[in-house]
Amino acid sequence: MTADHGALTSERDLVQLLTPEGERLEHPDYPLEISQAELRSLYRDLALVRRFDTEATALQRQGELGIWASLLGQEAAQIGSGRALLPGDMAFPTYREHGVAWCRGIGPENLLQLFRGVNFGGWDPKEHNFALYTIVIGAQTLHATGYAMGMQRDGSEDAVIAYFGDGASSEGDVNEAFIFAASYNAPVVFFLQNNQWAISVPEERQSRIPLFRRAHGFGFPGVRVDGNDVLACLAVTRKALQYAREGQGPFLVEAFTYRMGAHTTSDDPTRYRLASELENWKLRDPIERVKAYLSRNGLADAAFYESIEAEGAELAARVRTACLTMPEPKPSFIFEQVYAGGSPLVDEERAAFDEYMAGYESAEVGH
Amino acid sequence: MAPVAIARALNMGLRKALESDPKVIIMGEDVGKLGGVFRVTDGLQKDFGEDRVMDTPLAESGIIGTAIGLAMRGYRPICEIQFDGFVFPAYDQIVSQVAKLHYRSQGLVPIPMVIRIPFGGGIGAVEHHSESPEALFAHVAGLKVVACSNAADAYTMIQQAVISNDPIIFFEPKRRYWEKAELDVDTPLTQAVPLHAARVVRPGRHLTLLAYGPMVKTCLDAAKVAADEGHELEVVDVRSLSPIDWPTITDSVRHTGRCVVVHEAQKFLGMGAELAARITELCFYELQAPVLRVGGYPIPYPPSRLEEHFLPDLDRVLDTVDRSLSF
Repeated sequence: MTADHGALTSERDLVQLLTPEGERLEHPDYPLEISQAELRSLYRDLALVRRFDTEATALQRQGELGIWASLLGQEAAQIGSGRALLPGDMAFPTYREHGVAWCRGIGPENLLQLFRGVNFGGWDPKEHNFALYTIVIGAQTLHATGYAMGMQRDGSEDAVIAYFGDGASSEGDVNEAFIFAASYNAPVVFFLQNNQWAISVPEERQSRIPLFRRAHGFGFPGVRVDGNDVLACLAVTRKALQYAREGQGPFLVEAFTYRMGAHTTSDDPTRYRLASELENWKLRDPIERVKAYLSRNGLADAAFYESIEAEGAELAARVRTACLTMPEPKPSFIFEQVYAGGSPLVDEERAAFDEYMAGYESAEVGH
Repeated sequence: MAPVAIARALNMGLRKALESDPKVIIMGEDVGKLGGVFRVTDGLQKDFGEDRVMDTPLAESGIIGTAIGLAMRGYRPICEIQFDGFVFPAYDQIVSQVAKLHYRSQGLVPIPMVIRIPFGGGIGAVEHHSESPEALFAHVAGLKVVACSNAADAYTMIQQAVISNDPIIFFEPKRRYWEKAELDVDTPLTQAVPLHAARVVRPGRHLTLLAYGPMVKTCLDAAKVAADEGHELEVVDVRSLSPIDWPTITDSVRHTGRCVVVHEAQKFLGMGAELAARITELCFYELQAPVLRVGGYPIPYPPSRLEEHFLPDLDRVLDTVDRSLSF
């Protein structure tokens, strides 16, 4: 399998604009002009979402969240693609796109609501053009495609981005989304974060060929980008979105990255992968290479990094407080908004529930 | 106006829906040029264009999943599933997404979608073309489920389903597609019988027959025969399987004191189980006999040459009516 891999893919296939050592590269198809301020702001986003993610993991360990799906290692793929989006573009995330949510202006504390178990959302998808997290693997790629078909009908110049992973690429829904998007030429970018692991199952169980090549069989372009390179992710996603906007149809971006943490806080990666693999990927850390580039070129100094660190600490404290002070939902909340037009059955059982609960309250008063 | 067949009435209702709201779109397999395998969408693509009446790739999950995205974008998709037995590839999208998005988003993401499913047997079809999966949908919170039994209802109910802001699973009695009735095209939708109301379609005082979809006609036929023997059976068309119109149903059962539920789906955990349980709870002191059920057996739908033994017919309904009356 490894040999086949070697035959089917090469260094040439991987779009990279910033090496792990922080060296800037040019790519003929993906030119990127980027200012010092933009570079610093990318670094800030990367560092802050990692700091937020660390805090969320800690909150779960302390029993404040039921579970947390860490984005550790995937910051560049998410910030790079998220920053490529224009305000009118619509994003369909999985449950791990905390970095994209950040780019869409969603307060990180809002992301905790789902994981704390107070509700299933935490933001208005229309306000942020960022759909709710989808936990059933791959289901959202069809919603993204349909949404793009709607944009097409509206004569909109916006595009859609659908996030999913290497595991999801095996789902029927993802393959059907590719077919529908190709058939209707829908303006949708499929953004595949190949983090190498679908919980415990490695990528080679999902595919005999590099995943970006799947697109060719469906009749649209596929590109593999260094998913730990925020500049390459930004440039390639921007180009893919532009391609969709221009009416050329769908585009697959495979961001080749690594899930540095566990699948979720309930997972134990030591059971299925070697520590050396993680050590190897740490050398390709998405944040360190930006820092190296900034420092080497005199674009940022110690004071800058310190200010980001301080901002991170503030963010973490804010998120922690927001989590700990999050109001408990009222019991009758479970009956809310089951239907747009209501339901006599829900109303009836809710009334019985209220009466039942009131019985306890009056018993307590009496006691 | 001359009587119209159910398939034609649905076609007329869909046409009205397309005319009334530019956001209404029809999507499914073969719904365009062919007009659907039952011709329910006949001529609609020609008149409304390929953007509004779309032939889709052959993938049911893809149809429902992309319809969700279109609904999120402000469209009102009407999806056709070609046959009952072909809905299951889309079952995940229907149960986990269509049904839950309004709830998950606390009302921010309504999914105003209609999923039309021709259901039931009796047409001599090969396997997977004759099933009655309605209970599998009625069991899912967040969905509303209806079944039409005649052309007049088909015409009105399909339009009401399209304007509903909730997702509606719309079951059509495929073996009755060509049965005709007069339509009422003049009453505005707002004044028609509400979508989720049951209806007494034949009054009687000795026993209530509850049915929906294709079995309503079977029950009406049974009631005619029973009348000759002096038994006046009241036939109630349940119409809405979720939510269920309990007031209309319990009024009838309180009045007659006896109830038989009839459907093609197997009795075990079918709609009749819920109807019987609830009627027993609500009408316990008025009941003269236990609520009885006539339905399919706990077996997969049989080969078509044997389907007449599976499907409830006049004799099986009357036999059960006699059992109820003998209590």
